[in-house]
Amino acid sequence: MPSFERTFSMKVPSSTENLALIRDFVSGIGAQAGFDENDSARLALAVDEACANVIEHAYQLEETHEVTVRVVVDPEEIKFEIVDTGRGFDPGQLNELQVEELIRQRKSGGLGLRLIRTIMDDVQYRIVPGEKNELRMVKKLKK
Amino acid sequence: MATNFKIERRSAGGVRVLALDGYLDAHTAPLFESAIQEEAQAGNRRIAVDCTKLSYISSAGLGVFMSFIEELREAGGDIKLASIAPKVYQVFDVLGFPALFDMLETVEEAVAKFAEGPREG
Repeated sequence: MPSFERTFSMKVPSSTENLALIRDFVSGIGAQAGFDENDSARLALAVDEACANVIEHAYQLEETHEVTVRVVVDPEEIKFEIVDTGRGFDPGQLNELQVEELIRQRKSGGLGLRLIRTIMDDVQYRIVPGEKNELRMVKKLKK
Repeated sequence: MATNFKIERRSAGGVRVLALDGYLDAHTAPLFESAIQEEAQAGNRRIAVDCTKLSYISSAGLGVFMSFIEELREAGGDIKLASIAPKVYQVFDVLGFPALFDMLETVEEAVAKFAEGPREG
């Protein structure tokens, strides 16, 4: 694998139909970066969850917007940036409820974020008011 | 609308078997939700979900299981899962689903499990 930083970017319309394209994009880069098939699939799941959240919450399922997935690979880690221009929504404010409690309350909204946090080593959210929202996720490469 | 997901339904031993095939994500979860809704409305409260051909699940798919389970159990039914591939099982496992749902090796075992009566716990 090259020792320099490489950047990949994909911009798609904000339709859930494009989640399959996004997963293929991410798992392909994961494999190229040195993750095995299982770990690449987990990275694709985390990015799917992040993009599905954007489409559902930031864009309220309107398909006329754009979701940008930017991936930066270097010898140490793979970094994902999911950028949207919709309604800012800080997933960090979601309560960490137990799954039993989520079922009782008929809420599944916290599940995706829990998967993201399980899969990734670092997750940060940044809102630039009136400009963009950015979810950054980092996964270290195993040595 | 092109989808990479489909559901086949059949009956076995008084249980409705929904066989999922493909990718269950935020795009395809509404199809699964409609299928379970139709079964529930038709009075079919014993549902076994055959995951043999399920290649992928995200939280949107998991949410469908969550949104119906309480209603079905209160009506004396249940959703049991069967034949889940290891990489799909991982996702259920991370979120603690095995403690909340019966997950069986085969569809036949899932159907038979219904005969044992209500789930404990």
